[in-house]
Amino acid sequence: MIPLSWYLILSAALFSIGLFGVLARRNAIAILLGVELMLNAVNINLVAFWRYLDPTVMTGQVFAIIVFAVAAAEVAVGLALVISVYRNRKTVVADELDMMKW
Amino acid sequence: MTILFLITAVVILASAMMVVTSRNLVHAALWLVASLFGVAMLYAQLNASFMAVVQVVVYIGAIAILFIFAVMLTRREIRDKGPGLNKNWGIAALVSLLTFGGLAVLLSNWSGFSQPSADFPSGFDAVGALGNALVSPDAFVLPFEVASILLVAALVGAVYIAYNPRSGDNRK
Amino acid sequence: MNFWANPIQVTADWLMGLFTGWGMTEVLASILTQLLGIVVMITIMLVIDILLVWIERKVVARFQDRLGPNRGGPFGLIQPFADIIKLFIKENITPAGVDKVVYNLAPILSVFSVLILWAIIPLAPVIIGVDLNVGLLYLVAAGAIGTLSIIMAGWSSNNKFALLGAFRQVAAMISYEIPMVVALLIPTVLAGTMGMLGISEAQQGMWYVFLSPLAALIFLISAVAELGRTPFDLSEGESEVVAGFHIEYSGMKFGWFYAGELLHAFTFGGFWGILFFGGYHFFGLENLGPLVAAAIVLFKALIGYWVIMWIKYTLMRIRIDHMLAFNWKFLVPLSLVVLMVTALLNTLLRDTSTWVMAVSMFLSNVLIAWVVIEILRGRSRTEREKVESPAQPVVEATH
Repeated sequence: MIPLSWYLILSAALFSIGLFGVLARRNAIAILLGVELMLNAVNINLVAFWRYLDPTVMTGQVFAIIVFAVAAAEVAVGLALVISVYRNRKTVVADELDMMKW
Repeated sequence: MTILFLITAVVILASAMMVVTSRNLVHAALWLVASLFGVAMLYAQLNASFMAVVQVVVYIGAIAILFIFAVMLTRREIRDKGPGLNKNWGIAALVSLLTFGGLAVLLSNWSGFSQPSADFPSGFDAVGALGNALVSPDAFVLPFEVASILLVAALVGAVYIAYNPRSGDNRK
Repeated sequence: MNFWANPIQVTADWLMGLFTGWGMTEVLASILTQLLGIVVMITIMLVIDILLVWIERKVVARFQDRLGPNRGGPFGLIQPFADIIKLFIKENITPAGVDKVVYNLAPILSVFSVLILWAIIPLAPVIIGVDLNVGLLYLVAAGAIGTLSIIMAGWSSNNKFALLGAFRQVAAMISYEIPMVVALLIPTVLAGTMGMLGISEAQQGMWYVFLSPLAALIFLISAVAELGRTPFDLSEGESEVVAGFHIEYSGMKFGWFYAGELLHAFTFGGFWGILFFGGYHFFGLENLGPLVAAAIVLFKALIGYWVIMWIKYTLMRIRIDHMLAFNWKFLVPLSLVVLMVTALLNTLLRDTSTWVMAVSMFLSNVLIAWVVIEILRGRSRTEREKVESPAQPVVEATH
């Protein structure tokens, strides 16, 4: 049987990779891709805890489904913002969006 | 069983690495699809069949396609130019390694870290129990309704922000 | 166990015995047996695909008052083999500037998303690939993978027409997923389960098309839109975007797209038959054996496929903005109303006899349809009056 630790390490690794994507990428859309990876890591954690501690209590899965909804909402609004910024500033590189200096 | 988990884990982590290092953004979005598919395989191994299928429908069928559309709408030309990583990528790599190490140490100090899985009661209708939990008043109906309102707000907001009155296109 | 009562299990047991007799471990033998079953199923599906090419060409010919292929073999039966050979020996031109991996992966994913659907179709009470308890959502998920393959094809072709066709097709497909999901929820509510076997079993008394004909109609329309067939094939019209997302594909890669589309139509015909027309139930004929039940399901799938072809070769193409307006302003509210009424009636009348529930649900559907038609008539009357009103006289300056 696979101990719980494997799932937790996997989700920690996925979270760290997503964190690297958010911090190190130039393009704003690539930053959003990193955020998606982090949200998926959280979901893996939640579902693993649901399965390993008590599968008859549905809290873990409900939490994961709410995270799905939040991730979908955030991606929709985030990408709309990126598209709107591209229309006005003609760039999506995060470093070049620096009109508000302070 | 362990072989299946190892294959799934390799798929997830390798695709995630390719997501954050791909210079071509559409390739990065497609690697994200591969990674999300790996996560769906993981849910199936955890007896969460509903979650696995909803993961494919919501993430791959909607969010990944949204990413590809956004990438195509925000390019000055067909080819991507310029480096993919910004000038702070060394510090970012250090921070993410420290985060991974910190999380691993923190979790391994927890008493239940290496516990085996609880028994999955045979004949347990996980989908039915999930449905009951989402709509029953003494379970989670309130977060469910709030999530619906959040989605409506996001829908209206996204359409409003991205609306271009000049072209008046009616693509969703 | 009798072979005719449970052919799949008997064959699987024999193969397991054979493999373990050769000295393989249990796990390896079971994996090999399952792999063999998958390969056999896919082969059967692809052979049926070849037959579908022949059926398509004959039926379209009859709709257009001509004979169709009748030179290659008796009744033109060798014609699809000639087509396949032609596609194989055609030159596979890869245009310059395409993204090679994505370009080559797209037709494979497109057929893959259709073949995986056959894992959940219940051909008989004992012949089913895997009895998922979320079978209907699996159907939607496979459609999502198909959508992805079309975007990959359109983007990687390095061709503006392909991209435009792919965008339109994907916009239509993800829009029409919503009424399809809601229409799929109606058999779920009526049967109490999302599993395909459970829905087939629950139709033993009364087929769901009689309980909710509007749901069957909405599912058919959404399925035709998901398939990308006329009247919703804007991305493939030669007068619109040359050939849509498969402009730059030649040879067998185009063959994959074409065959995949036909098999997809056949699969959706099968789902229509299983979800609304009773699956393998046919007045008790399915009790003769699982192979007879499988033949019944395939026969219903053929009838569904014929209906989809009938729609294709009779109706004209719809413009993209009309298509999306039809979805968002008509199908989505209608499907939600039908779902709410069906769920309400199902809860209220769950304990009464089948006939009371059937008649009341059918009458409720008729009522909803009548109300919708009245609303549409009022709207079209105002439109017509606006168009046909006499031209306003120009006000002349008085001299």
